[in-house]
Amino acid sequence: MIDGFTALYLFMLAAFTGYEVISRVPVILHTPLMSGSNFIHGIVLVGAMVALGRAHTDVERVIGFVGVLLATMNVVGGYVVTERMLAMFKRGKPDRARG
Amino acid sequence: MAEYVIDSSYFIASILFIVGLKRMSSPVTARGGIWWAGAGMLVAIVSTLFTPGLQNFALMLLAIAIGGGAAWASGQRVGMTDMPQMVALYNGMGGGAAAAIAAVELLRGPGPVAATTVIAALGALIGAVSFSGSMVAFAKLQGLINRSWRFPGQQLLNLLVLAGAVVAGAAAVSAGSGPTAILFFLLAVGYGVLMALPIGGADMPVLISLFNACTGIAVGLEGYVLNNAAMIIAGTVVGAAGSLLTQLMAKAMNRSLAHVLFSAFGEEPGAVSTGPVGKSLKPIDATDAAIMLAYAGTVIVVPGYGMAVAQAQHKIWELAKALEAHGVEVLFAIHPVAGRMPGHMNVLLAEAGVPYDKLHDLDEINATFAHADVALVIGANDVVNPSARTDPTSPIYGMPILNADQAKNVIVIKRGRGAGFSGIENALFYGDNTRMLYGDAQDVVNHLIQELKAL
Repeated sequence: MIDGFTALYLFMLAAFTGYEVISRVPVILHTPLMSGSNFIHGIVLVGAMVALGRAHTDVERVIGFVGVLLATMNVVGGYVVTERMLAMFKRGKPDRARG
Repeated sequence: MAEYVIDSSYFIASILFIVGLKRMSSPVTARGGIWWAGAGMLVAIVSTLFTPGLQNFALMLLAIAIGGGAAWASGQRVGMTDMPQMVALYNGMGGGAAAAIAAVELLRGPGPVAATTVIAALGALIGAVSFSGSMVAFAKLQGLINRSWRFPGQQLLNLLVLAGAVVAGAAAVSAGSGPTAILFFLLAVGYGVLMALPIGGADMPVLISLFNACTGIAVGLEGYVLNNAAMIIAGTVVGAAGSLLTQLMAKAMNRSLAHVLFSAFGEEPGAVSTGPVGKSLKPIDATDAAIMLAYAGTVIVVPGYGMAVAQAQHKIWELAKALEAHGVEVLFAIHPVAGRMPGHMNVLLAEAGVPYDKLHDLDEINATFAHADVALVIGANDVVNPSARTDPTSPIYGMPILNADQAKNVIVIKRGRGAGFSGIENALFYGDNTRMLYGDAQDVVNHLIQELKAL
């Protein structure tokens, strides 16, 4: 069990990490990065799987099913869209003269 | 035993997420970044299947198959110009999933620890708002909702609905009754809709980014409820990174977040002004424009959303290559909010094959305009309007712009004579060194390429 203070430390350190990791991102990557972070919060799928897996009543099963459905769309859609955007970042020939 | 395997796989997944996000924040490593994050996700999902005591596997796999199939198909099919609304759509799904997890907890009634239920409800509120708000954002960008709804007392109504949701949430937490919980979710979903409806046009990316951060926070909170460290870490990291990204986007447009959320853009009365008195628009035809470009030393291309609408990005790269064959140096100047989202224009040009080291952002290139022979403005308007620099009465005064007006010559490719997205007249078009080239961007650029070949 993660107790209150351990969770608080986790929240704090993770928040600093998120802030620092992208603090120097160039503008050209804003959209792909938003899409990529959108994919990462798709981790909600593992929570939805547990919620559905532990559902005992029909109402809980329905809600859990919807949760897994939505979360999977977050994961798969987020991945596909981000991958497609990033696949287009190619470098020009390195010997190109710059002005 | 299984517990250890699952815990360590969540630990590995958390590391992979952070490394992936880090790699995605640099153009050189960005592509690998999503693979790292994807590997982390796969590890976490597969190991979760082995959580002791889980049931309903058939339902689970069915939901994953349906959701995965639908998202895969839609994600593969969508055009690059429509990416922003797909991000909004998938983000809303994540928010909805977080709300669903909380719904199961809340309907079960108060748990042994009161704080856990409170946090579940807080995550539910944020997740549900993010869900419905993102859906509205999607519908707006997709063109399903065409207008921004505004009426007197709107802020007050929104506040009341939010307050109602908080009260209903508190009641659901303490009493744990079904109807109260349902009312709570309805009010939260309603607040998301009301919050997103009045926001329009250029402010949408900021709103989507905000909802993205919200979903992250909701996921982190539900992670605490489910005692799941991977959800806490990944959700909080995204919440923080998304908040920073939201601020960066708002800053690129010279707007505060409060402005985006609580005021309209470009719809203030009196925002539409007329062109400078005694000046006129000077047209040019494609032949003359091609000659001007071919004998230039440096050409700076300034693409805007009009280019994306005309799907002219491939043609523009073809034009740039044709010019380079004539010995002309071609640079691309990208305004932070060109396109529909910061960085969207870079994605569109990258799709057309333009190497990203030819793309220069505002700070890099603004000093170069004074040395450029031609600035070729394609479908951009407000982002090159010098009024933002010179006219304190202009609604866009203070917005950072590309100094295209400082180039020796300016060619503006434009569909018609109307004002820009915000309805503001553009002083650049009336400049002495500016020539207007009217027509659909794709046709005009095609024409220019033909003329260049004939030279």
